[in-house]
Amino acid sequence: MEILAQYGDTIVILACIFGFFMAWGVGANDVANAMGTSVGSKALTLKQAIIIAIIFEFAGAYLAGGAVTATIRKGIIDPALLSGTPELLVFGMMAALLAAGTWLLIATHFGWPVSTTHSIVGAIVGFAAVGISADAVNWGKVSKIVASWVVSPVTAGVIAFFLFRSVQKLILDTEDPFKNAKKYIPYYIFMVGFIIAMVTFTKGLKHVGLDLSWGQSAAISVVIGFITMFIGIAMQKKVKPNPDADRDYHFSSVEKLFGILMMFTACAMAFAHGSNDVANAVGPLAAIVGVVAAGGEVVQKTAMPAWILLLGGGGIVLGLVTYGHKVIATVGNNITELTPSRGFAATLAAATTVVVASGTGLPISTTHTLVGAVLGVGIARGMAALNLRVVGTIFVSWVVTLPAGAGLAIMFFFMFKGMFG
Amino acid sequence: MVTNNPILQMFARSPFKPMQEHIAKAQECASELIPFFEAVNNSDWEEAEKVQRRIAVLEGEADAMKKDVRQHLPNSIFLPVPRTDLLELLRMQDKIANRAKDIAGLMLGRKMEIPAQIQTQMNDFVRGALSTSEQALVALNELDELLTSGFSGHEVDLVEKMIGELDDLEHHTDELQRNIRFELFQIEKDLPPIDAMFLYQIIYWIGDLADRAQQVGSRLQLLMAR
Repeated sequence: MEILAQYGDTIVILACIFGFFMAWGVGANDVANAMGTSVGSKALTLKQAIIIAIIFEFAGAYLAGGAVTATIRKGIIDPALLSGTPELLVFGMMAALLAAGTWLLIATHFGWPVSTTHSIVGAIVGFAAVGISADAVNWGKVSKIVASWVVSPVTAGVIAFFLFRSVQKLILDTEDPFKNAKKYIPYYIFMVGFIIAMVTFTKGLKHVGLDLSWGQSAAISVVIGFITMFIGIAMQKKVKPNPDADRDYHFSSVEKLFGILMMFTACAMAFAHGSNDVANAVGPLAAIVGVVAAGGEVVQKTAMPAWILLLGGGGIVLGLVTYGHKVIATVGNNITELTPSRGFAATLAAATTVVVASGTGLPISTTHTLVGAVLGVGIARGMAALNLRVVGTIFVSWVVTLPAGAGLAIMFFFMFKGMFG
Repeated sequence: MVTNNPILQMFARSPFKPMQEHIAKAQECASELIPFFEAVNNSDWEEAEKVQRRIAVLEGEADAMKKDVRQHLPNSIFLPVPRTDLLELLRMQDKIANRAKDIAGLMLGRKMEIPAQIQTQMNDFVRGALSTSEQALVALNELDELLTSGFSGHEVDLVEKMIGELDDLEHHTDELQRNIRFELFQIEKDLPPIDAMFLYQIIYWIGDLADRAQQVGSRLQLLMAR
């Protein structure tokens, strides 16, 4: 207790630095997976992708990042068990941040594909189960989270499958795909705007002073859906069929129209990614700030200060600007087999899944969800060639990351305990 | 992070574009038969040898492309069409180039003259066979569009029509083959017997080239059938 009173400020500042660094890492590395498909399909230029990512990652983090942050902060560990020893929670969360950050650095150095989400969840579960007691972990919640890691890629895959099937039926397999694309794409754009708005309005925004009922949210979301739809229609008007390009490849003008749709889904993807992944960085920070601000009490009820989400959003943007743009370029340049008609189905499915998970407070991996979505398009006979070995790689990365994050967190936890305790 | 990025790993190289490039190469190889027969008709064996060498080089290139496509199609690759059907189509495409090389090789090796009485028919016959393989190329050019439409719908009807034309062209080549065999039969008594035998062989091979082009069409049809 005295430790927190004595070193409270130092601890919060340290936690802010760690949290900001993690957010930087999310911006530098993970955003590339969310945006790479849009750049790779040539729907966006690199510059457009970065601008979209900056705006929508930040908006997602700030406006819709609250629920997942709350899960990381107080959902995995039962804070009630720690009311007598709040410093353990503080040490533990510091250790978790440091462990996840270290693990990501190691993995990046060796080129292993690991998920930020899995690192941080593994780290928190690790320090709580070993450092405190197995009862401190809310196993019900943890199993829900782990289940969501399987469910989210599958869900995204199923959505992507049906989205792409609908595109085939309505547009690609018809006699005049260009005409039908102009006719039906606005509805998809409406869907993008509506879904994102709906989840955001119903699940978040209390912290920015907006408290809307379900009906109000639905009404506003429909309006936002229509606004995005009209922007899309205006952009589509400029696209004319290009007979020269179409002679060589009949769908090139049609793909131009899908490119517009993909701009919107790219925004949705960036928003969804920001809303889910910001928590990996600032969730532990929020827990620490909560304890220290309450003068060493572990309180369940306090609302999270909005500046924490701002800090996370800012870190993501800084990561993007300083390093992330290079990774986006690399990923984008190497995905050449993806055309906008497929890319949109995959990103919209992934974005929808992720944003719903964000609203429900489930920390999931955006990358794995996107992999599931692309496989869904593949099963609908939409992809030229997919490497199925990636599924195995993902599975291995889970098996390695969870214990690695946990082990490091346990180590740091006892280190902090020894240093301060 | 980038090298082992799951998103990047997931996208394997598409075999469809290389397949189209392969049949274009095979057709380029086969169409050299026209200058080859011209040289043979003029008894210009120097020129014929040059053309034969070109054919051999193009056939070798097609072969290398075929191997490259195969190499990039391991079992773990997930395709919108059965992998075995795709490889079978590739094999058929490659056989067009092989046959062209056989024809030029044998004719040059034996310095086979085409009897003046059947030269015109022979030219028509060669052109007929080559227009069949040309049509196979045209149909294969739709492969990327088929891929975009997920091997279904309107695009399939379009390709079915092309394959129908391919069949017609092959039937036409069959007729030409019957005609030229009949003409050769009329004059075979005046030819050295061995020469006549090998002429029948060449006629058979030219017909076979058209046959293989038709086979390419039917394998493509198999890809679409589901």
